[in-house]
Amino acid sequence: MTRTEKINTTKGLLFISPWILGFLAFALYPLIATLYFSFMDYSVLAPPVPIGTENYAELATDTNFMKAVFNTVFFAAISVPLNTALACFLAILLNFNVVGKSFFRTAFFLPSLVPMVCLGVIWRWLLNGEVGLINQVIGPFADFANAVLGTSFSTPAWLEDPSFTKLGLVVASVWGLGHAMVIFLAGLQEAPVELYEAAQLDGAGFWSKLRHVTIPMVSPYILFNMIMGFIAAFQVFAVPFVMMDGVNEPPGGPGGSMLFAATYIYLKAFQDWEMGYACAMALIFFILIVTLTLTLMKISERRVHYAGK
Amino acid sequence: MPTHKLSLLGKILLYTLLALFAIQFAAPFAWMVSTAFKPLEETMALPPVWIPSEWKWENFTEAIASMGKFWRYAGNTLFVAFMSVIGSVLSSALAAYGFSRIEWRGRDKVFYLCIATMMIPFPVIMVPTYALFRELDWIGTFKTLYVPFFLGNAFNIFLLRQFFLGIPKSITEAARIDGCSELRIFFQLILPLSKSALLVIALFTFMHSWNDFFAPFIFINDQENYTLALGLQAFQSRQGGTEWHYLMAASTLIIMPLIVLFFFTQKTFIQGITATGGK
Repeated sequence: MTRTEKINTTKGLLFISPWILGFLAFALYPLIATLYFSFMDYSVLAPPVPIGTENYAELATDTNFMKAVFNTVFFAAISVPLNTALACFLAILLNFNVVGKSFFRTAFFLPSLVPMVCLGVIWRWLLNGEVGLINQVIGPFADFANAVLGTSFSTPAWLEDPSFTKLGLVVASVWGLGHAMVIFLAGLQEAPVELYEAAQLDGAGFWSKLRHVTIPMVSPYILFNMIMGFIAAFQVFAVPFVMMDGVNEPPGGPGGSMLFAATYIYLKAFQDWEMGYACAMALIFFILIVTLTLTLMKISERRVHYAGK
Repeated sequence: MPTHKLSLLGKILLYTLLALFAIQFAAPFAWMVSTAFKPLEETMALPPVWIPSEWKWENFTEAIASMGKFWRYAGNTLFVAFMSVIGSVLSSALAAYGFSRIEWRGRDKVFYLCIATMMIPFPVIMVPTYALFRELDWIGTFKTLYVPFFLGNAFNIFLLRQFFLGIPKSITEAARIDGCSELRIFFQLILPLSKSALLVIALFTFMHSWNDFFAPFIFINDQENYTLALGLQAFQSRQGGTEWHYLMAASTLIIMPLIVLFFFTQKTFIQGITATGGK
Protein backbone atom coordinates (compact mmCIF):
# COMPACT_ATOMS: atom_id res chain seq x y z
CA MET A 1 0.00 0.00 0.00
CA THR A 2 1.30 3.41 -0.88
CA ARG A 3 1.17 6.31 1.56
CA THR A 4 -1.91 7.86 -0.08
CA GLU A 5 -3.66 4.50 -0.08
CA LYS A 6 -3.01 4.15 3.63
CA ILE A 7 -4.25 7.67 4.31
CA ASN A 8 -7.37 7.07 2.25
CA THR A 9 -8.13 3.79 3.98
CA THR A 10 -7.82 5.47 7.37
CA LYS A 11 -10.05 8.32 6.22
CA GLY A 12 -12.63 5.97 4.76
CA LEU A 13 -12.75 3.85 7.90
CA LEU A 14 -13.06 6.95 10.07
CA PHE A 15 -16.03 8.16 8.05
CA ILE A 16 -17.82 4.84 8.23
CA SER A 17 -16.86 4.32 11.90
CA PRO A 18 -20.38 5.13 13.23
CA TRP A 19 -21.75 2.43 10.97
CA ILE A 20 -19.00 -0.02 12.00
CA LEU A 21 -20.03 0.47 15.63
CA GLY A 22 -23.67 0.01 14.66
CA PHE A 23 -22.81 -3.10 12.68
CA LEU A 24 -20.97 -4.60 15.63
CA ALA A 25 -23.65 -3.70 18.21
CA PHE A 26 -26.85 -4.27 16.22
CA ALA A 27 -25.95 -6.89 13.62
CA LEU A 28 -22.86 -8.97 14.34
CA TYR A 29 -23.15 -9.20 18.14
CA PRO A 30 -26.91 -10.01 18.15
CA LEU A 31 -26.53 -12.67 15.45
CA ILE A 32 -23.68 -14.39 17.28
CA ALA A 33 -25.48 -13.99 20.60
CA THR A 34 -28.67 -15.45 19.12
CA LEU A 35 -26.70 -18.49 18.03
CA TYR A 36 -25.04 -18.71 21.45
CA PHE A 37 -28.24 -18.26 23.48
CA SER A 38 -30.02 -20.84 21.33
CA PHE A 39 -27.93 -23.48 23.10
CA MET A 40 -28.71 -22.04 26.53
CA ASP A 41 -31.45 -21.96 29.08
CA TYR A 42 -31.63 -18.19 29.47
CA SER A 43 -34.14 -15.93 31.16
CA VAL A 44 -32.16 -12.63 31.08
CA LEU A 45 -32.65 -12.42 34.84
CA ALA A 46 -30.16 -15.22 35.53
CA PRO A 47 -26.95 -16.06 33.66
CA PRO A 48 -27.39 -18.50 30.76
CA VAL A 49 -27.02 -22.22 31.44
CA PRO A 50 -25.78 -24.43 28.58
CA ILE A 51 -28.27 -27.14 27.64
CA GLY A 52 -26.87 -28.32 24.31
CA THR A 53 -29.42 -28.79 21.55
CA GLU A 54 -32.38 -29.16 23.89
CA ASN A 55 -34.12 -26.03 22.56
CA TYR A 56 -33.96 -27.35 19.02
CA ALA A 57 -35.19 -30.78 20.08
CA GLU A 58 -38.13 -29.13 21.82
CA LEU A 59 -38.88 -27.00 18.76
CA ALA A 60 -39.15 -30.10 16.61
CA THR A 61 -42.17 -31.23 18.62
CA ASP A 62 -43.70 -27.81 19.40
CA THR A 63 -47.04 -27.63 17.59
CA ASN A 64 -47.26 -23.88 18.19
CA PHE A 65 -43.95 -23.46 16.40
CA MET A 66 -45.26 -25.46 13.44
CA LYS A 67 -48.34 -23.24 13.42
CA ALA A 68 -46.23 -20.10 13.49
CA VAL A 69 -44.12 -21.32 10.57
CA PHE A 70 -47.19 -22.33 8.60
CA ASN A 71 -49.08 -19.08 9.30
CA THR A 72 -46.11 -16.90 8.42
CA VAL A 73 -45.37 -18.76 5.19
CA PHE A 74 -49.06 -18.83 4.30
CA PHE A 75 -49.49 -15.10 4.86
CA ALA A 76 -46.30 -14.22 2.99
CA ALA A 77 -47.04 -16.58 0.10
CA ILE A 78 -50.45 -15.00 -0.48
CA SER A 79 -49.93 -11.35 0.40
CA VAL A 80 -46.54 -10.71 -1.23
CA PRO A 81 -47.30 -11.94 -4.78
CA LEU A 82 -50.79 -10.44 -4.55
CA ASN A 83 -49.59 -7.02 -3.45
CA THR A 84 -46.68 -6.98 -5.88
CA ALA A 85 -48.93 -7.90 -8.80
CA LEU A 86 -51.59 -5.41 -7.78
CA ALA A 87 -49.05 -2.63 -7.27
CA CYS A 88 -47.59 -3.33 -10.69
CA PHE A 89 -51.07 -3.43 -12.24
CA LEU A 90 -52.05 -0.07 -10.71
CA ALA A 91 -48.77 1.46 -11.86
CA ILE A 92 -49.39 0.22 -15.41
CA LEU A 93 -52.89 1.75 -15.32
CA LEU A 94 -51.51 5.08 -14.13
CA ASN A 95 -48.80 5.03 -16.75
CA PHE A 96 -51.35 5.45 -19.57
CA ASN A 97 -50.92 9.21 -19.16
CA VAL A 98 -54.12 9.20 -17.19
CA VAL A 99 -55.97 12.45 -16.57
CA GLY A 100 -55.72 13.14 -12.83
CA LYS A 101 -52.71 10.87 -12.49
CA SER A 102 -51.33 12.57 -9.39
CA PHE A 103 -54.75 12.41 -7.73
CA PHE A 104 -54.97 8.66 -8.25
CA ARG A 105 -51.35 8.14 -7.28
CA THR A 106 -51.94 9.97 -4.01
CA ALA A 107 -55.14 8.01 -3.36
CA PHE A 108 -53.33 4.68 -3.79
CA PHE A 109 -50.27 5.79 -1.88
CA LEU A 110 -51.71 7.52 1.20
CA PRO A 111 -52.86 4.37 3.06
CA SER A 112 -49.27 3.09 3.12
CA LEU A 113 -48.44 6.01 5.43
CA VAL A 114 -50.83 4.76 8.10
CA PRO A 115 -48.98 3.52 11.21
CA MET A 116 -49.25 -0.20 11.92
CA VAL A 117 -51.18 0.25 15.16
CA CYS A 118 -53.72 2.54 13.48
CA LEU A 119 -53.94 0.05 10.62
CA GLY A 120 -54.72 -2.68 13.13
CA VAL A 121 -57.35 -0.59 14.92
CA ILE A 122 -59.01 0.52 11.67
CA TRP A 123 -59.14 -2.99 10.22
CA ARG A 124 -60.36 -4.48 13.47
CA TRP A 125 -63.28 -2.11 13.04
CA LEU A 126 -63.76 -2.71 9.30
CA LEU A 127 -63.59 -6.50 9.65
CA ASN A 128 -65.93 -6.65 12.64
CA GLY A 129 -68.23 -9.61 11.94
CA GLU A 130 -71.52 -7.93 12.83
CA VAL A 131 -71.24 -4.23 12.11
CA GLY A 132 -68.00 -4.02 10.14
CA LEU A 133 -68.09 -2.12 6.87
CA ILE A 134 -66.60 -5.00 4.86
CA ASN A 135 -69.41 -7.38 5.78
CA GLN A 136 -72.01 -4.68 5.23
CA VAL A 137 -70.70 -4.25 1.72
CA ILE A 138 -70.45 -7.95 0.84
CA GLY A 139 -73.56 -8.93 2.78
CA PRO A 140 -76.08 -7.83 0.11
CA PHE A 141 -74.11 -9.71 -2.55
CA ALA A 142 -74.24 -12.88 -0.46
CA ASP A 143 -77.97 -12.39 0.13
CA PHE A 144 -78.52 -11.83 -3.56
CA ALA A 145 -76.62 -14.97 -4.50
CA ASN A 146 -78.51 -16.96 -1.89
CA ALA A 147 -81.86 -15.72 -3.15
CA VAL A 148 -81.13 -16.20 -6.84
CA LEU A 149 -78.86 -19.23 -6.90
CA GLY A 150 -80.10 -20.92 -3.78
CA THR A 151 -76.62 -20.96 -2.26
CA SER A 152 -76.02 -20.46 1.42
CA PHE A 153 -73.27 -17.89 1.67
CA SER A 154 -72.95 -15.99 4.89
CA THR A 155 -70.64 -13.12 5.76
CA PRO A 156 -67.50 -14.42 7.46
CA ALA A 157 -66.61 -13.72 11.07
CA TRP A 158 -63.24 -12.35 9.94
CA LEU A 159 -61.72 -11.99 13.38
CA GLU A 160 -63.17 -15.07 15.09
CA ASP A 161 -63.22 -17.80 12.48
CA PRO A 162 -59.71 -19.34 12.23
CA SER A 163 -60.14 -19.99 8.52
CA PHE A 164 -60.73 -16.29 7.83
CA THR A 165 -58.41 -14.39 10.18
CA LYS A 166 -55.36 -14.56 7.91
CA LEU A 167 -57.42 -13.62 4.86
CA GLY A 168 -58.58 -10.56 6.78
CA LEU A 169 -54.96 -9.71 7.40
CA VAL A 170 -54.20 -10.13 3.69
CA VAL A 171 -57.06 -7.75 2.85
CA ALA A 172 -55.62 -5.23 5.29
CA SER A 173 -52.14 -5.66 3.83
CA VAL A 174 -53.34 -4.72 0.35
CA TRP A 175 -53.95 -1.28 1.73
CA GLY A 176 -50.20 -0.79 2.16
CA LEU A 177 -49.04 -1.45 -1.38
CA GLY A 178 -48.47 2.26 -2.15
CA HIS A 179 -44.73 2.10 -1.65
CA ALA A 180 -44.28 -0.72 -4.15
CA MET A 181 -46.58 1.04 -6.61
CA VAL A 182 -44.52 4.23 -6.59
CA ILE A 183 -41.38 2.17 -7.24
CA PHE A 184 -43.10 0.44 -10.18
CA LEU A 185 -44.21 3.79 -11.57
CA ALA A 186 -40.62 4.99 -11.56
CA GLY A 187 -39.54 1.78 -13.27
CA LEU A 188 -42.20 2.14 -15.95
CA GLN A 189 -41.20 5.70 -16.67
CA GLU A 190 -37.65 4.52 -17.20
CA ALA A 191 -38.67 2.30 -20.11
CA PRO A 192 -37.58 4.13 -23.27
CA VAL A 193 -40.47 5.34 -25.43
CA GLU A 194 -38.55 4.15 -28.52
CA LEU A 195 -38.99 0.55 -27.41
CA TYR A 196 -42.76 0.97 -27.43
CA GLU A 197 -42.64 2.78 -30.74
CA ALA A 198 -40.54 0.02 -32.26
CA ALA A 199 -43.00 -2.57 -30.93
CA GLN A 200 -45.85 -0.53 -32.37
CA LEU A 201 -44.18 -0.51 -35.79
CA ASP A 202 -43.79 -4.26 -35.60
CA GLY A 203 -47.54 -4.44 -35.14
CA ALA A 204 -47.51 -5.35 -31.46
CA GLY A 205 -50.81 -4.93 -29.69
CA PHE A 206 -51.42 -4.06 -26.06
CA TRP A 207 -50.79 -7.54 -24.70
CA SER A 208 -47.62 -8.25 -26.59
CA LYS A 209 -46.22 -4.85 -25.62
CA LEU A 210 -47.05 -5.67 -22.04
CA ARG A 211 -45.41 -9.05 -22.28
CA HIS A 212 -42.34 -8.21 -24.33
CA VAL A 213 -41.56 -4.64 -23.30
CA THR A 214 -43.22 -3.62 -20.05
CA ILE A 215 -42.73 -6.75 -17.95
CA PRO A 216 -39.05 -7.23 -18.88
CA MET A 217 -38.42 -3.53 -18.20
CA VAL A 218 -39.92 -3.68 -14.71
CA SER A 219 -38.54 -7.12 -13.83
CA PRO A 220 -35.79 -5.72 -11.56
CA TYR A 221 -38.49 -3.84 -9.65
CA ILE A 222 -40.61 -6.96 -9.35
CA LEU A 223 -37.63 -8.71 -7.78
CA PHE A 224 -36.88 -5.77 -5.49
CA ASN A 225 -40.49 -5.42 -4.31
CA MET A 226 -40.86 -9.16 -3.79
CA ILE A 227 -37.72 -9.35 -1.65
CA MET A 228 -38.68 -6.31 0.42
CA GLY A 229 -42.22 -7.67 0.67
CA PHE A 230 -41.08 -11.06 1.95
CA ILE A 231 -38.71 -9.55 4.50
CA ALA A 232 -41.56 -7.37 5.79
CA ALA A 233 -44.16 -10.16 5.70
CA PHE A 234 -41.92 -12.47 7.71
CA GLN A 235 -41.83 -9.84 10.45
CA VAL A 236 -45.57 -9.22 10.63
CA PHE A 237 -46.47 -8.47 14.24
CA ALA A 238 -48.24 -5.23 15.08
CA VAL A 239 -51.29 -5.52 12.83
CA PRO A 240 -52.37 -9.04 13.89
CA PHE A 241 -51.49 -8.17 17.48
CA VAL A 242 -53.82 -5.18 17.47
CA MET A 243 -56.50 -6.86 15.35
CA MET A 244 -56.68 -9.74 17.82
CA ASP A 245 -56.35 -7.38 20.78
CA GLY A 246 -53.28 -9.14 22.11
CA VAL A 247 -52.25 -12.65 21.26
CA ASN A 248 -51.62 -14.30 24.59
CA GLU A 249 -54.62 -16.50 25.28
CA PRO A 250 -54.80 -18.69 23.33
CA PRO A 251 -51.45 -17.88 21.73
CA GLY A 252 -52.17 -16.23 18.39
CA GLY A 253 -55.89 -15.64 18.56
CA PRO A 254 -58.63 -18.09 17.51
CA GLY A 255 -57.19 -21.55 16.93
CA GLY A 256 -53.70 -20.05 16.89
CA SER A 257 -54.51 -18.86 13.38
CA MET A 258 -52.77 -15.52 13.92
CA LEU A 259 -49.65 -16.92 15.56
CA PHE A 260 -46.78 -15.66 13.41
CA ALA A 261 -43.04 -16.06 13.68
CA ALA A 262 -42.51 -12.67 15.31
CA THR A 263 -45.52 -13.20 17.57
CA TYR A 264 -44.29 -16.52 18.90
CA ILE A 265 -40.72 -15.30 19.35
CA TYR A 266 -42.13 -12.35 21.28
CA LEU A 267 -44.39 -14.53 23.45
CA LYS A 268 -41.59 -16.98 24.30
CA ALA A 269 -39.03 -14.27 24.97
CA PHE A 270 -41.05 -11.63 26.78
CA GLN A 271 -44.05 -13.45 28.25
CA ASP A 272 -42.45 -16.75 29.25
CA TRP A 273 -38.91 -15.33 29.52
CA GLU A 274 -37.59 -18.36 27.65
CA MET A 275 -35.01 -16.34 25.77
CA GLY A 276 -32.88 -19.31 24.71
CA TYR A 277 -35.88 -21.00 23.15
CA ALA A 278 -36.87 -17.75 21.43
CA CYS A 279 -33.34 -17.42 20.03
CA ALA A 280 -33.41 -20.92 18.56
CA MET A 281 -36.63 -19.97 16.80
CA ALA A 282 -35.26 -16.62 15.68
CA LEU A 283 -32.27 -18.34 14.13
CA ILE A 284 -34.41 -20.77 12.16
CA PHE A 285 -36.52 -17.90 10.85
CA PHE A 286 -33.41 -15.96 9.92
CA ILE A 287 -32.05 -18.91 7.94
CA LEU A 288 -35.45 -19.20 6.26
CA ILE A 289 -35.44 -15.54 5.19
CA VAL A 290 -31.85 -15.60 3.95
CA THR A 291 -32.46 -18.80 1.99
CA LEU A 292 -35.61 -17.41 0.47
CA THR A 293 -33.96 -14.12 -0.53
CA LEU A 294 -30.94 -15.83 -2.07
CA THR A 295 -33.19 -18.31 -3.90
CA LEU A 296 -35.30 -15.48 -5.30
CA MET A 297 -32.15 -13.73 -6.50
CA LYS A 298 -30.78 -16.93 -7.99
CA ILE A 299 -33.97 -17.85 -9.82
CA SER A 300 -34.39 -14.35 -11.16
CA GLU A 301 -30.78 -14.09 -12.35
CA ARG A 302 -31.75 -15.45 -15.74
CA ARG A 303 -35.17 -13.87 -15.89
CA VAL A 304 -34.56 -10.35 -14.66
CA HIS A 305 -33.56 -7.94 -17.35
CA TYR A 306 -31.25 -5.09 -16.37
CA ALA A 307 -31.31 -2.41 -19.02
CA GLY A 308 -27.87 -1.21 -20.06
CA LYS A 309 -26.06 -4.15 -18.56
CA MET B 1 -47.36 2.34 -22.05
CA PRO B 2 -47.35 6.05 -22.48
CA THR B 3 -47.69 6.04 -26.26
CA HIS B 4 -50.32 3.36 -26.52
CA LYS B 5 -53.53 4.67 -28.09
CA LEU B 6 -56.53 3.29 -26.30
CA SER B 7 -59.84 2.65 -27.95
CA LEU B 8 -62.90 4.30 -26.40
CA LEU B 9 -63.80 1.02 -24.78
CA GLY B 10 -60.28 0.72 -23.41
CA LYS B 11 -60.52 4.20 -21.96
CA ILE B 12 -63.83 3.49 -20.29
CA LEU B 13 -62.39 0.30 -18.82
CA LEU B 14 -59.24 2.11 -17.65
CA TYR B 15 -61.06 4.89 -15.82
CA THR B 16 -63.65 2.53 -14.36
CA LEU B 17 -60.89 0.39 -12.91
CA LEU B 18 -59.03 3.40 -11.56
CA ALA B 19 -62.17 4.82 -9.99
CA LEU B 20 -63.07 1.48 -8.39
CA PHE B 21 -59.62 1.08 -6.91
CA ALA B 22 -59.55 4.68 -5.74
CA ILE B 23 -62.86 4.14 -3.93
CA GLN B 24 -61.52 0.95 -2.38
CA PHE B 25 -58.40 2.69 -1.13
CA ALA B 26 -60.19 5.79 0.08
CA ALA B 27 -63.17 4.08 1.74
CA PRO B 28 -61.38 2.87 4.88
CA PHE B 29 -60.05 6.41 5.39
CA ALA B 30 -63.44 7.96 4.88
CA TRP B 31 -65.00 5.40 7.20
CA MET B 32 -62.42 6.16 9.90
CA VAL B 33 -62.99 9.92 9.71
CA SER B 34 -66.74 9.57 9.51
CA THR B 35 -66.81 7.23 12.53
CA ALA B 36 -64.57 9.64 14.43
CA PHE B 37 -67.31 12.29 14.24
CA LYS B 38 -70.33 10.07 14.96
CA PRO B 39 -72.40 9.74 18.09
CA LEU B 40 -71.95 6.24 19.56
CA GLU B 41 -75.32 4.86 18.32
CA GLU B 42 -74.48 5.67 14.72
CA THR B 43 -71.12 3.86 14.76
CA MET B 44 -72.90 0.51 14.70
CA ALA B 45 -76.01 1.46 12.78
CA LEU B 46 -77.28 -0.89 10.08
CA PRO B 47 -77.18 0.00 7.22
CA PRO B 48 -73.97 2.01 7.71
CA VAL B 49 -74.25 5.75 8.24
CA TRP B 50 -71.61 7.60 6.23
CA ILE B 51 -72.49 11.14 7.18
CA PRO B 52 -73.03 11.63 10.91
CA SER B 53 -76.39 13.19 11.80
CA GLU B 54 -74.46 15.58 14.01
CA TRP B 55 -70.73 16.23 13.85
CA LYS B 56 -69.39 15.51 17.29
CA TRP B 57 -66.12 17.39 17.53
CA GLU B 58 -66.06 16.58 21.21
CA ASN B 59 -65.23 12.97 20.27
CA PHE B 60 -61.69 14.20 19.75
CA THR B 61 -61.35 15.88 23.13
CA GLU B 62 -63.00 12.85 24.75
CA ALA B 63 -60.62 10.49 22.98
CA ILE B 64 -57.64 12.55 24.09
CA ALA B 65 -58.91 12.57 27.66
CA SER B 66 -59.62 8.85 27.83
CA MET B 67 -56.43 7.76 26.09
CA GLY B 68 -54.50 8.88 29.15
CA LYS B 69 -51.58 11.22 28.72
CA PHE B 70 -52.09 11.87 25.04
CA TRP B 71 -50.00 15.04 24.93
CA ARG B 72 -47.23 13.43 26.92
CA TYR B 73 -47.18 10.50 24.44
CA ALA B 74 -47.13 12.97 21.56
CA GLY B 75 -44.20 14.81 23.16
CA ASN B 76 -42.35 11.52 23.70
CA THR B 77 -42.95 10.48 20.10
CA LEU B 78 -41.75 13.82 18.79
CA PHE B 79 -38.64 13.71 20.96
CA VAL B 80 -37.71 10.19 19.82
CA ALA B 81 -38.45 11.06 16.19
CA PHE B 82 -36.40 14.26 16.41
CA MET B 83 -33.38 12.54 17.96
CA SER B 84 -33.62 9.66 15.47
CA VAL B 85 -33.68 12.09 12.57
CA ILE B 86 -30.61 13.97 13.82
CA GLY B 87 -28.73 10.76 14.50
CA SER B 88 -29.70 9.14 11.25
CA VAL B 89 -28.89 12.09 9.02
CA LEU B 90 -25.53 12.68 10.65
CA SER B 91 -24.25 9.11 10.93
CA SER B 92 -25.66 7.88 7.62
CA ALA B 93 -24.23 10.86 5.75
CA LEU B 94 -20.79 10.28 7.26
CA ALA B 95 -20.85 6.59 6.40
CA ALA B 96 -22.24 7.19 2.92
CA TYR B 97 -19.41 9.65 2.30
CA GLY B 98 -16.85 7.04 3.34
CA PHE B 99 -18.56 4.54 1.02
CA SER B 100 -18.62 6.83 -1.99
CA ARG B 101 -16.28 9.83 -2.09
CA ILE B 102 -13.12 8.22 -0.73
CA GLU B 103 -11.38 5.40 -2.59
CA TRP B 104 -10.06 2.65 -0.35
CA ARG B 105 -9.37 -0.99 -0.79
CA GLY B 106 -12.22 -3.33 0.10
CA ARG B 107 -14.68 -0.44 0.24
CA ASP B 108 -17.30 -1.98 -2.02
CA LYS B 109 -17.10 -5.33 -0.23
CA VAL B 110 -17.76 -3.63 3.09
CA PHE B 111 -20.63 -1.76 1.46
CA TYR B 112 -22.24 -5.03 0.34
CA LEU B 113 -21.96 -6.21 3.93
CA CYS B 114 -23.78 -3.03 4.95
CA ILE B 115 -26.56 -3.71 2.42
CA ALA B 116 -26.82 -7.32 3.56
CA THR B 117 -27.70 -6.19 7.10
CA MET B 118 -31.04 -5.00 5.72
CA MET B 119 -31.99 -8.67 5.56
CA ILE B 120 -31.81 -9.03 9.35
CA PRO B 121 -35.34 -8.69 10.72
CA PHE B 122 -35.84 -7.09 14.10
CA PRO B 123 -37.52 -10.15 15.69
CA VAL B 124 -34.37 -12.16 14.96
CA ILE B 125 -32.06 -9.90 16.95
CA MET B 126 -34.42 -8.49 19.56
CA VAL B 127 -33.45 -10.84 22.37
CA PRO B 128 -29.70 -10.08 22.38
CA THR B 129 -30.50 -6.41 21.77
CA TYR B 130 -32.73 -6.47 24.83
CA ALA B 131 -29.95 -8.13 26.82
CA LEU B 132 -27.50 -5.46 25.65
CA PHE B 133 -29.81 -2.58 26.59
CA ARG B 134 -30.46 -4.24 29.93
CA GLU B 135 -26.71 -4.46 30.55
CA LEU B 136 -26.48 -0.72 29.77
CA ASP B 137 -29.47 -0.05 32.04
CA TRP B 138 -31.36 1.57 29.18
CA ILE B 139 -34.58 -0.47 29.32
CA GLY B 140 -37.53 1.88 29.68
CA THR B 141 -35.64 4.88 28.30
CA PHE B 142 -35.86 6.61 24.93
CA LYS B 143 -32.20 5.75 24.30
CA THR B 144 -33.27 2.24 23.23
CA LEU B 145 -35.25 3.85 20.41
CA TYR B 146 -32.98 6.56 19.05
CA VAL B 147 -29.39 5.56 19.85
CA PRO B 148 -29.30 2.89 17.10
CA PHE B 149 -29.98 5.68 14.61
CA PHE B 150 -26.77 7.43 15.65
CA LEU B 151 -24.87 4.37 14.46
CA GLY B 152 -25.89 4.44 10.81
CA ASN B 153 -28.78 2.73 9.09
CA ALA B 154 -28.15 0.56 6.05
CA PHE B 155 -31.16 1.80 4.14
CA ASN B 156 -30.32 5.49 4.62
CA ILE B 157 -26.64 4.91 3.87
CA PHE B 158 -27.63 3.19 0.63
CA LEU B 159 -29.82 6.12 -0.44
CA LEU B 160 -27.25 8.78 0.39
CA ARG B 161 -24.40 6.86 -1.22
CA GLN B 162 -26.35 6.72 -4.48
CA PHE B 163 -26.78 10.46 -4.28
CA PHE B 164 -23.16 11.22 -3.35
CA LEU B 165 -21.90 9.08 -6.24
CA GLY B 166 -23.85 11.31 -8.58
CA ILE B 167 -21.99 14.46 -7.54
CA PRO B 168 -19.15 15.13 -10.04
CA LYS B 169 -15.66 14.39 -8.76
CA SER B 170 -14.29 17.66 -10.11
CA ILE B 171 -16.21 19.58 -7.44
CA THR B 172 -14.21 18.06 -4.60
CA GLU B 173 -10.90 17.63 -6.46
CA ALA B 174 -10.26 21.37 -6.56
CA ALA B 175 -10.93 21.70 -2.84
CA ARG B 176 -8.62 18.76 -2.15
CA ILE B 177 -5.78 20.32 -4.12
CA ASP B 178 -6.28 23.50 -2.14
CA GLY B 179 -5.62 21.42 0.95
CA CYS B 180 -9.13 21.34 2.40
CA SER B 181 -9.62 18.67 5.03
CA GLU B 182 -11.96 15.81 4.24
CA LEU B 183 -14.36 16.86 6.99
CA ARG B 184 -14.55 20.38 5.57
CA ILE B 185 -15.29 19.03 2.10
CA PHE B 186 -17.99 16.87 3.65
CA PHE B 187 -19.64 19.64 5.64
CA GLN B 188 -19.14 22.61 3.32
CA LEU B 189 -19.37 21.09 -0.15
CA ILE B 190 -21.15 17.75 -0.14
CA LEU B 191 -23.83 18.29 2.50
CA PRO B 192 -25.11 21.59 1.06
CA LEU B 193 -25.36 19.93 -2.37
CA SER B 194 -27.33 17.03 -0.92
CA LYS B 195 -30.12 18.87 0.87
CA SER B 196 -32.88 17.06 -1.04
CA ALA B 197 -31.43 13.61 -0.30
CA LEU B 198 -30.91 14.50 3.37
CA LEU B 199 -34.53 15.65 3.53
CA VAL B 200 -35.63 12.31 2.13
CA ILE B 201 -33.89 10.29 4.82
CA ALA B 202 -35.01 12.76 7.49
CA LEU B 203 -38.61 12.21 6.35
CA PHE B 204 -38.28 8.43 6.20
CA THR B 205 -36.70 8.29 9.63
CA PHE B 206 -39.37 10.55 11.09
CA MET B 207 -42.15 8.39 9.63
CA HIS B 208 -40.45 5.28 10.92
CA SER B 209 -40.18 6.63 14.47
CA TRP B 210 -43.74 7.90 14.45
CA ASN B 211 -45.05 4.52 13.26
CA ASP B 212 -42.81 2.08 15.08
CA PHE B 213 -44.60 -0.26 17.46
CA PHE B 214 -42.51 -3.38 18.05
CA ALA B 215 -39.34 -1.77 19.46
CA PRO B 216 -41.12 0.61 21.89
CA PHE B 217 -43.47 -2.22 22.84
CA ILE B 218 -40.52 -4.28 24.04
CA PHE B 219 -38.14 -1.64 25.35
CA ILE B 220 -40.52 0.88 26.95
CA ASN B 221 -42.30 -0.37 30.05
CA ASP B 222 -43.26 2.81 31.89
CA GLN B 223 -46.51 4.50 30.78
CA GLU B 224 -44.88 7.89 31.24
CA ASN B 225 -42.55 7.04 28.36
CA TYR B 226 -45.16 5.65 25.98
CA THR B 227 -45.15 6.75 22.37
CA LEU B 228 -48.42 7.45 20.55
CA ALA B 229 -48.40 3.99 18.95
CA LEU B 230 -48.11 2.34 22.37
CA GLY B 231 -50.72 4.67 23.83
CA LEU B 232 -53.22 3.83 21.10
CA GLN B 233 -52.68 0.10 21.50
CA ALA B 234 -53.12 0.35 25.28
CA PHE B 235 -56.26 2.47 24.77
CA GLN B 236 -57.91 0.04 22.36
CA SER B 237 -57.01 -2.91 24.53
CA ARG B 238 -58.38 -1.21 27.66
CA GLN B 239 -61.78 -0.32 26.31
CA GLY B 240 -62.19 -3.70 24.57
CA GLY B 241 -63.33 -2.42 21.19
CA THR B 242 -66.69 -0.85 21.91
CA GLU B 243 -66.19 2.90 21.77
CA TRP B 244 -65.26 2.93 18.14
CA HIS B 245 -65.90 6.64 17.69
CA TYR B 246 -63.16 7.44 20.24
CA LEU B 247 -60.76 4.89 18.77
CA MET B 248 -61.27 6.29 15.28
CA ALA B 249 -60.86 9.84 16.59
CA ALA B 250 -57.56 8.88 18.24
CA SER B 251 -56.38 7.09 15.08
CA THR B 252 -57.29 10.11 12.98
CA LEU B 253 -55.29 12.35 15.30
CA ILE B 254 -52.22 10.11 15.01
CA ILE B 255 -52.46 9.78 11.22
CA MET B 256 -53.19 13.43 10.45
CA PRO B 257 -49.70 14.84 11.10
CA LEU B 258 -48.28 12.25 8.68
CA ILE B 259 -50.78 13.17 5.97
CA VAL B 260 -50.08 16.88 6.41
CA LEU B 261 -46.35 16.23 6.32
CA PHE B 262 -46.80 14.15 3.19
CA PHE B 263 -48.71 16.88 1.37
CA PHE B 264 -46.05 19.45 2.17
CA THR B 265 -43.18 17.24 1.06
CA GLN B 266 -44.91 15.16 -1.57
CA LYS B 267 -42.37 15.70 -4.30
CA THR B 268 -39.32 14.93 -2.17
CA PHE B 269 -41.11 11.96 -0.71
CA ILE B 270 -41.99 10.36 -4.03
CA GLN B 271 -38.48 11.01 -5.34
CA GLY B 272 -37.10 9.32 -2.26
CA ILE B 273 -39.16 6.16 -2.70
CA THR B 274 -38.27 6.15 -6.38
CA ALA B 275 -34.59 6.24 -5.45
CA THR B 276 -34.93 3.22 -3.16
CA GLY B 277 -35.98 1.10 -6.11
CA GLY B 278 -32.82 2.06 -8.00
CA LYS B 279 -30.94 -0.94 -9.18
